[in-house]
Parts: sequence; C-alpha cells; structure tokens
Amino acid sequence: MSSQWEVVIGLEIHAQLSTRSKIFSGASTSFGAEPNSQACAIDLGLPGVLPVVNEAVYPKAIAFGLAVGADIGRRSAFDRKNYFYPDLPKGYQITQMDEPIVLGGSVDITCKDGSSKTVRITRAHLEEDAGKSVHEDFHGCTGIDLNRAGTPLLEIVSEPDMASAEEAVAYARTIHQLISYLSVSDGNLSQGNMRCDANVSIRRTGDDKLGTRTEIKNVNSFRFLEQAINYEIERQIEVIENGGSITQETRLYDPDRDETRSMRSKETAMDYRYFPEPDLLPVVIDEAYIDAVSDAMPELPAEKKARYIEELKLPEADAVILAGDLDLATYFETCLTTSGDAVQSANWVKGELLANLKRADLAPAESPLSPKQLGTIIARIKDGTISGKIAKAVFTALWEGETDSVDAYISDQGLEQVSETSELEPIIDQIIADNPKQVAQFKSGKTKLLGFFVGQVMKQTGGKANPKQVNDLVVAKLG
Amino acid sequence: MLERTLAEQRQDLRAGEYSSVELTENYLTQIDACQQLNAFITVSDAALEHARAADTQIAAGADKTLLGIPIAHKDIFCQQSVRTTAGSRMLDNFISPYDATVVARLDAAGAISLGKTNMDEFAMGSSNESSYYGPVRNPWNTDRVPGGSSGGSAAAVAARLCSAATGTDTGGSIRQPAAFCGITGIKPTYGRVSRWGIIAYASSLDQAGPMARTAEDCAILLSEMAAHDPRDSTSATRPGDDYTTGLEKPIAGLKIGICTEHMHGLDDAVRKIVDDSLAELTAQGCEVREISLPNTHLAIPAYYIIAPAECSANLSRYDGVRFGYRCEDPTDLDDLYQRSRSEGFGDEVKSRIMVGAFALSAGYYDAYYRKAQQIRRLIKNDYIAAFDDVDVILGPTTPGPAFKLGEVSQDKTAMYLQDIYTISANLAGLPAISVPAGFVDDMPIGVQFTGEYFAETRLLNVAHQFQQATSWHQRRPGDAA
Repeated sequence: MSSQWEVVIGLEIHAQLSTRSKIFSGASTSFGAEPNSQACAIDLGLPGVLPVVNEAVYPKAIAFGLAVGADIGRRSAFDRKNYFYPDLPKGYQITQMDEPIVLGGSVDITCKDGSSKTVRITRAHLEEDAGKSVHEDFHGCTGIDLNRAGTPLLEIVSEPDMASAEEAVAYARTIHQLISYLSVSDGNLSQGNMRCDANVSIRRTGDDKLGTRTEIKNVNSFRFLEQAINYEIERQIEVIENGGSITQETRLYDPDRDETRSMRSKETAMDYRYFPEPDLLPVVIDEAYIDAVSDAMPELPAEKKARYIEELKLPEADAVILAGDLDLATYFETCLTTSGDAVQSANWVKGELLANLKRADLAPAESPLSPKQLGTIIARIKDGTISGKIAKAVFTALWEGETDSVDAYISDQGLEQVSETSELEPIIDQIIADNPKQVAQFKSGKTKLLGFFVGQVMKQTGGKANPKQVNDLVVAKLG
Repeated sequence: MLERTLAEQRQDLRAGEYSSVELTENYLTQIDACQQLNAFITVSDAALEHARAADTQIAAGADKTLLGIPIAHKDIFCQQSVRTTAGSRMLDNFISPYDATVVARLDAAGAISLGKTNMDEFAMGSSNESSYYGPVRNPWNTDRVPGGSSGGSAAAVAARLCSAATGTDTGGSIRQPAAFCGITGIKPTYGRVSRWGIIAYASSLDQAGPMARTAEDCAILLSEMAAHDPRDSTSATRPGDDYTTGLEKPIAGLKIGICTEHMHGLDDAVRKIVDDSLAELTAQGCEVREISLPNTHLAIPAYYIIAPAECSANLSRYDGVRFGYRCEDPTDLDDLYQRSRSEGFGDEVKSRIMVGAFALSAGYYDAYYRKAQQIRRLIKNDYIAAFDDVDVILGPTTPGPAFKLGEVSQDKTAMYLQDIYTISANLAGLPAISVPAGFVDDMPIGVQFTGEYFAETRLLNVAHQFQQATSWHQRRPGDAA
C-alpha cells in the first residue's frame, strides 16, 4: 500500500449467542439439523404468533458489556426493522435501534508485531438472525431454511478505529476470544457463530475528512477478513488514483476469486422504517441484576494474563498462550493447585500437553490426562521422586490410558529416582574403573567429560538416578 | 331454545330441558336459513360431534362453565385444523396448525365451535364491506351494514345463529357492531385477554372480547377468556376474575361521567337515548358528573397513524413465500411479492399499509408516528384525570344507527368518523362495553360505558343493572321497534 493513503476501518460483528433456544421462541438453536426442522410457528412468522424474549440472552449481552467497560442500557427495548426478504419470515427483523443493551466500551488489541491500541465500541445490541437462502440443489429456484431464523445475535459495532486489515483482524480475534471466554457465544466460525461486516474507506494522509466507505458483508473467517479488506483497500486506491470516486455500497467478498463485488448501492438502499416493537414491552434491568451477572463472570483474558506475569512470574509469551483460551487457562490453574509450581506447570501445559492435544486434535477439556494428574507428575519431580525424563514417560503412560494413578504407576514400575549415595557409589566406582582413558582426560582438564560419566550412570540406572546427585558424586570422586 | 340467553341455556342443558346436540342442530339450521346474512365464512362440520361429546359429559355430571354451549369465533382467531382467513383472499387457503389462546380456553371450558364469522379484511373496517367473502347484512334490516370489523359475530348473535361469539376490537370493532346489531359487547383492558393466535392488525391496540345478548353472558365468557398468558408478552400478569360475582351489586352512589366533548354536536335522537339511559341510572341512585376529555378530537387522526403503521409491519409476512396466497407464475422475487400482495389484499388493506409505511418512513416518522404516540399519551392522561372524579363514563357508542350498504364506504373520512366514540378507549387501553339502549329509524342504538384499567367487573355490573331495568337487549330482529 502506498504510504500516502490512510485506511479507516470499522467492524460490525454478529455473534450468535450460545442459548439453547431461540431469542423469541422455544425452538432449538443447534446447528446442522434437517432444513426447517427447527423452525416453530413463531420462527415461521405464522399469522397470530407473538414473540417472547428468551431471558437467557440478557446475562450474556450484559456480561459482554461489562467486559468491555460499557454502560448497560437500564431500559432495554426492541424495534422492528422492516424489509422484505424470503429468509426473513415476518418481513421485519426484531432488533434494538433506540435503546441497545450495551453502549460504549472498548477493547485493547495487540497486533502480530507486538504493537497495541485501543478500539472503541459504539454499541452492541440484541437481535434475531434471519434464515438462509439455499441456492444449490434447487434448479431455477431458491430453497429457504429457517432453522437459523430467530437465533439470538449480539451485534457489536466498533468505532472506525482500525487502520489496517491486520488491526481489524486483531480486533476481531480479541472480540472472538472475549465472547468465547464469557460463554456469550460458542464462537465457532465455521458454523457461522461469528460473522463480520467491515466498513472500509481510505483518505489521503493528513486529510480530516473521511473518505466514502464501502461495507463488506458477512465474512466468516479471520483469513478472509484480512484478504477482503486488503483487496478492498487496493481497489479503492486504484479507483481514486485513476481519477474515479468510491460509491457508497455494500460489497460481497468472494474467497474463491479473492475479490469483493458490488451487492447493492446507496441509491437502492432501504428505508427500514424502524419503530418500537409493540409485541414486546421494554425490559427494565436493575443494578442487582447487573451485579449478579458481574459476580458470575470469569476473570477476563487481559486480567488473567497480567496476573500470570505479575503474580505467577510467568514469561509474557507463556502468559499470552495460557490466558488466551479459557479451557487451557482453567487446565493450567487446576494443574498449578496440585503441583504448586507455576513455571513448571506452565512449561508442561504449553509444551507437552499442548503438543499432545494438537496431535490428537483435542480440546484441553478433552485431555485424557487430567490437570490434577499432570500436577501430581510435576509435584513428584519437585519432591525428587522422579526425574524429568521419567516424568515424560509417566505422562505418556497416563495419556495412553495405561494407568490412572501417577503414584501407583511410579511405584509399580519402580520409577522412583535413585538419590541414595550408597546405591549410586558402587555404580560410579565401576564406571570409573571401566573408563581409565576418560578419567585421565578429565583429570588433565577436559571437564566437559563430566557429561559422559553422568550419562553412563543414567544409562546404567535406566534414567532413574538423580542427575544432580550423580553430578556431585562424580565431581567429588574425580576432582 | 335459541331465544334463551347463554346463562339460561347453561341451566337448561344441566336441567335436561334439551341437549347440546339439539341446541347445536337448531343453530346449524338457523345458520343455513340465514345464509343471506353472510355472517359465517366457515361453518364447522365437527360441531355436532363435539355436542355429542358434551352431552355425554353433562350426563356424567361434568361441571365446565360453557359445556355444550354453541359459540362462534371471529375468523381472526386461529383454530387448529380450521381455515382461518381474517376475511382476506390472502389467507383463503390458510389452515391454522394451532389454536389461539382464546379458542383453546373456550374449548377447555366446554364450548362448541359452530364456525368462523365474517369480518372486515384483517379487521380493517367499520361496516364489514371490506371482506373478501362479501359484506355481512344486518339482521334488523338487510339493506344495512352490521358494523365492523366483527360484523359477522354481531349479526350471528343478533340473528340467533349462535349463543355468543368472540370478537376483536382495535378501534371499536366489538362495540360498534354490537351497537348496530342490538347486542352487548365488551372490549376489555388492553392485555386482559391474550393476543396469542389472533391475526394481528395493530398490536398495541388489538384486544379480544365477548359479544353476546346480555352483560351477564359477556361476564360468563370473559371469565373464561381473561387470564395471563406467558405466550403474549403484553398480557397482563394479574390473574383474570370471575366477572359474574359482581353483577348483582347495587349501583347506587356510583359516579357516572358524561363527557362534554362527546355530547357536543351529537345527533338529537342519539342524544335522547343517552339522556334516557342516564335517567335510568339516576333512578337507580347513580350520581352524574360532567367531565372533559379535551384531546378527544385528536383520537381519530392519531389512530389512523398508529394502527396503519403497526399493520404495515404486521402484514409484511403475507408475501407469498411460505403460506397464503401466491400469484401465478412469478417471474422473479419482486414479481412474486408485488403480485401476491396486490392480488391477495383488498383496497382498504392496501391503503392502510401504504399510509402506515409512509408514516414510518425516514423524514416523516417524527411528524407522524412520534406525534401520534404523544397524542396517545395525552388521551390516556385525560382519562386518568377524569377517573379521579367518576367511576365510569357514559356516552354513545356510535354517531347514529347502522347505515346502508355502500352508503358510507365510498367516503373514507365519513367511515373513519364512525369510530369517533370508540377509538379513544383503544388508544388509552381502557375497557369499554356497549349495551343496547334504544332505537333510531327502527335500528338499534347502543350506549357505551368506559371504565378504569381492569374495571371489567364494574362495567359488567353497571351494564347488567342497566339491563335489569331495561328491555332493549331483549328485542330481536323482526320485532316491532
């Protein structure tokens, strides 16, 4: 990108709330069912039906609001947004226009290069999702699947605070992490749990006035978001540099061609004729309700990360990895409770555990090795019962399901570390006797050979000897 | 037996004077004989079967309030497995897969459904002339309209085609046809009766209520209809009452309000009927006080912004995609929408949708919709202030008797003015009842009592006491006036 251009990006993120039933009906929200099998009379918009708000959406939206430091709307009302589309059964969407549940707030984002900035949030409001139009499998006509119709959404609108595709992705990832953390949403991108609309404009560096923006609709992966925005920036620069101007319009990103295409322009933009939804009375949210939500909230990722660094003395890189995923953080913290050693626990969780989880494609909560078991293994290293090397073998045995007790396995297999001088001395003496050449070299100053002697002892003891003890004994005998 | 009131029929059925089957057969015969009234859109073919089951239950000593009583539902109430049209071509083929709460509650109370009554299309009208199924005729004079939009229900009750009927009232649609047909009809407090399963016209105004021969019959029905319904978020949370218990309470000492603005410019013959009714109430010991509702003149303009605005969204679901009327061979999506809606809706409905969409559109919202909502608050406040001084307000239900078919329907404004005395109660959400009180041009005239929020018991009490002392409600079509 030419440096004479400045990019301005704002995102609207639609997060599906992880409630079991829909926002205004009792139909299930689960993904992947037979088309139209999860659409009840209310979702179909049959004559005479009425919406009733699913109370479960409020704590989720409020938790998000509290997490970003927003004001919570004390009077939460719904409005009707009118437009015709085949997958919008009532011909209007029930949404929040005038009185959104979340007002203001911000999140701090960190880009790949380590730079960070604050992105302000304008508002977040509750609304119902539409159904899906299915064009495949129907020759010359369109199928309508209303399973998704009425799924609760939190639409999170940012200020135009992002200046690059990378920042936009960092922001989207931060929101994704937050909503997953708070169980506001399952955050499953491939199932459309989170979809982004990006408003993109450019202006010459130093200009005060914002350029005309275009809106890229419905991007459902971080990679596509980055590609779509970058494509759109390049396109806009090219248009302006060739003497053209940007049309305010809605564009769709086509990942197969890596390009955005015009969907509809401002001239044909809709007048949504918003007005208060008369079927739903405004809900008053009091302090006690908000306090209860606040009390039930988990520690947030940023707070966790800071605590890991300051209190647990973890390196920042480890803290970022562990705090980034609530499941992993919970695993780590449970492990720490048993092991009593934060640094060691962090090393094992982000190292051995994560590698094994990745290989087996499992989530932390699905680990065959419980955090308590891992904590016990670490505790046994610390109290000298086993060596680090043996610990890995114990880890593997538990992972493979060969045993479910760390201590029983260690004693059954006779894996306890040998630290007794009386046991180790004869072995060391024998090795010294068997290797006169190396002894002579060591004594003449080639101290690096210490490793050779220790290695021999470890070999003889099957890895059970206490390496430090062996070290000390060898030095004492040869020194 | 068709001359007996619902309350009397209950006793007769229990006493074995006749069976529910006989009663139902009589009504079905009468419906058949009165086809020229066009009161029904659908006549149930299951009524006799249900009546037989009711008779079995009566014989077994079952005690349900409405067991074996044949009633009719306005065709705006969804009834499972029954065609539910709202008087529109748009829903000519719509078989409801579920019951409205009102239908389910009356079923549970043992009522027999005789069928679905004709109505103005989507409840938009004051004469029943906007129905896709043709106009209903007034049983008192078939050249005249029965009123609307619950005109089929009113005509059916007046002509003894059913013991009682359900109706809905958005701007007077229970009370005005009740007045035109010489029967009793109450619009309860907004939220008193569940709207679940009632095809929506204007959601913040729609309210269902009973239409019957007497206040007592209305009380019996309303006791079964009124309840909190978790499926309707605007449903009142306080439980319903047994409205029959307060009927016999003497009304001496009750303060009756007469609204200056309602009496001003009132037709002399109608004024005399209001005066006579007042005299009757005074004779029973009521006190009369004049009150003012200074914003009354704004009610009709406000109503004709709010109701169309809400209907413009409520009727968007009729798009030819999932159910209801779909045009032949649509060329594309816009064609499907445009022709399905152009062909499926009648003129009055289309006109209100357009007015409503305009009132909500960008740049006009503040001038129309917001202003209308402000007027609505003023009207509500006027009533609240008035009820500091009086217990109920008495006035005419309509400006005059039922007019002739075609007489007013060409003049929209004249038609809208038919609702001038009824609309304020909808805007304020208050309960109001219309009772027969006299005749003009050999046609019945009704007076209306309006009460405070949830004062249905008091309204039914006053109406019942009025009917104890008068016989207007006992007149039947064909009797000399």
